[in-house]
Amino acid sequence: MSTLLTAKQLSSQRAGRALFSDLSFTVQRGDVLHIEGVNGAGKSTLLRALVGLVQLQSGQIEFFPDAADDHDWRNQLLFMGHKAGIKAELTAIENLTLQAKLCGCAIDDAWQLLATVGLLGLEDVPAGQLSAGQQRRIALTRLWYSNVPLWILDEPFTALDTDGIELLQQRFAEHTAAGGAIIMTSHQLLTWTPTRLQRLRITGGDA
Amino acid sequence: MWRWLHPYAKPEVVYHLLGRWQPWLSITAALTLGLGIVWGLVFAPADYQQGDSYRIIFVHVPTAMFSMSLYIALAIAAFVGRVWQLKMADWGLAAIAPVGLTFTFISLVTGAIWGKPMWGTWWEWDARLTSQLILFFLYVGVLALYHAFSDQRNGAKAAGILAMVGVINIPIIRYSVEWWNTLHQGATLTVFERPPMATSMLIPLLVSILGFGLLAGALIVQRMRNEILRQELRRPWVKHVLNQDRATELSKTEQA
Amino acid sequence: MNDTSNWAAFTAVMRRDLMVVMRRRSDVLNPLLFILMVVSLFPLAVGPGPDILGRIAAGVIWVAALLSALLGSERLFRDDFLDGTLEQLTLLPQPLPLLAGAKIVVHWLLSGLPLVILAPLCALLLKLPAEGWLTLMATLVVGTPILSAVTAIGAALTVSLGRGGALLSLLLLPLFIPLLIFATGAVEAALMGTAAWPQVLLLAGLSLLTLLLAPFAVAAAIRVSVN
Repeated sequence: MSTLLTAKQLSSQRAGRALFSDLSFTVQRGDVLHIEGVNGAGKSTLLRALVGLVQLQSGQIEFFPDAADDHDWRNQLLFMGHKAGIKAELTAIENLTLQAKLCGCAIDDAWQLLATVGLLGLEDVPAGQLSAGQQRRIALTRLWYSNVPLWILDEPFTALDTDGIELLQQRFAEHTAAGGAIIMTSHQLLTWTPTRLQRLRITGGDA
Repeated sequence: MWRWLHPYAKPEVVYHLLGRWQPWLSITAALTLGLGIVWGLVFAPADYQQGDSYRIIFVHVPTAMFSMSLYIALAIAAFVGRVWQLKMADWGLAAIAPVGLTFTFISLVTGAIWGKPMWGTWWEWDARLTSQLILFFLYVGVLALYHAFSDQRNGAKAAGILAMVGVINIPIIRYSVEWWNTLHQGATLTVFERPPMATSMLIPLLVSILGFGLLAGALIVQRMRNEILRQELRRPWVKHVLNQDRATELSKTEQA
Repeated sequence: MNDTSNWAAFTAVMRRDLMVVMRRRSDVLNPLLFILMVVSLFPLAVGPGPDILGRIAAGVIWVAALLSALLGSERLFRDDFLDGTLEQLTLLPQPLPLLAGAKIVVHWLLSGLPLVILAPLCALLLKLPAEGWLTLMATLVVGTPILSAVTAIGAALTVSLGRGGALLSLLLLPLFIPLLIFATGAVEAALMGTAAWPQVLLLAGLSLLTLLLAPFAVAAAIRVSVN
């Protein structure tokens, strides 16, 4: 199975206005699909529609069309939206372990993971007292321990400092090199050039 | 089911279809309702016990009957909207709810007015009046939830879920209220439990029931058409329809 | 999806919610204090004579319970919605009604169960005659799960609105009426010396039915709210 996702003729409206129409694309293993567009163009809507959080007007989305066994596609992808999904009352390490438990992932060493994202020493502080970027880093640990092939990331670099952005891009490179694929939106320019980059530009409204 | 519904899932088709029904529905509703009301209020004989005050049943009974069935219709629309993802059903919900609320309100008020000569009080915690009051609250909840959302598609979905929860609850509520009523009031004589009605009263009642039913239908059809226009405002076919209307309007004023 | 992963997700949701609430104990305590205060207002309002108080005791306790359930209901999904965990829950491969069920169970553990424990104190303050105590406790044990489950439906429907409060009461109070009628009816029957178990059994049946159906309504409502 080299094709992870095919989308055909996706159209969406919000408040009677067309956001995008007739979008079609395919994501293969190793691909990075960078979705571009101005604010309000419908990038987030598109990503949320891919994972089924938002309903589209029309179109067809098929995950893993080549897969022989018909297992649940939700097992095979990871979505991160604008909200980090971090509980303010819990500490970094608690957030991390509970998150892993929920997605059914085994983690060998939670401390090692926290060290990787640069949060060692802050593990006992309730996440609510950490900065937005640090909370984001807790959430991003998922990218290190989960082993799903398809990542769908909405503005993953938000609130991260340059080191964080660098770190994340390294992880992206590892992921695609290992045959994973990424669908993402970002206003940040990538400093890393993926080997197989697709750009999809959404022009809001005038479709 | 889907295959049968499919051609009717296009807003434009439904709009024109309803447009064809609407004049007929409105005219028959006006005629039947007028006939039923005039017959009931003027020509039907007075009751030997209640005198003329019983005549309020020609309004009370039909509205009470339809208040219930409209809530069930609401829940069915919500169910269809959820299962077949039919946005038209969601709009139907928005069209039905205010009509149902109004009918429930009228039946409550007429029930209370009827209570004054019968029980000597405007409000009695009678089982049916209480159930009707709760039904009124259920309608208010559905409408309040619908209007609380800024995105009406989400509002309709949320209100639909509430309507379905409500419709499962209605039999339980009715039963509990009846049980509560017998517990606290013993066997009060209710005006609703009466010997069979004389034919001279029954026929105008049936006519006015039919009239109120047609009225509900006509109102819902008109509301549904408005809803379709409002939701599809930016579609070309709506602009076409509106322009046509404006053109006929203009030609009328010119002729005048 | 197999049963073990379903169970693991169920317990993970429960554990997370319990841990969060344990860090914010006032959320559990405040509704209980609210009930206690409402209950102590009544003797002041209608006079401390045992005949009036004893007769209205069960009704007062149950109405206070309904109001306190509404009071605490917003926090059921609000934080999860704001921080994005609710959205992540809907994306898990496990069935959402199951996870919604976990949240209902936690809500009951933290609001229903304490209420059952608090009930004897309320009954004492309101001079409920001894014959009614056991029945009152029984109605609370079988009735509070209905409170948690139905409250969860309302909270899930209104979570994206940001201003649940009064709207939530409007949606939920009519649905609580059968619960109120049967629960207070049972205590009344016990006070009059007739059998109260038919009403208690009826409540238990309603409770089971609600617990069975409510998770599906909650799940549907969550999907609308994260949209």
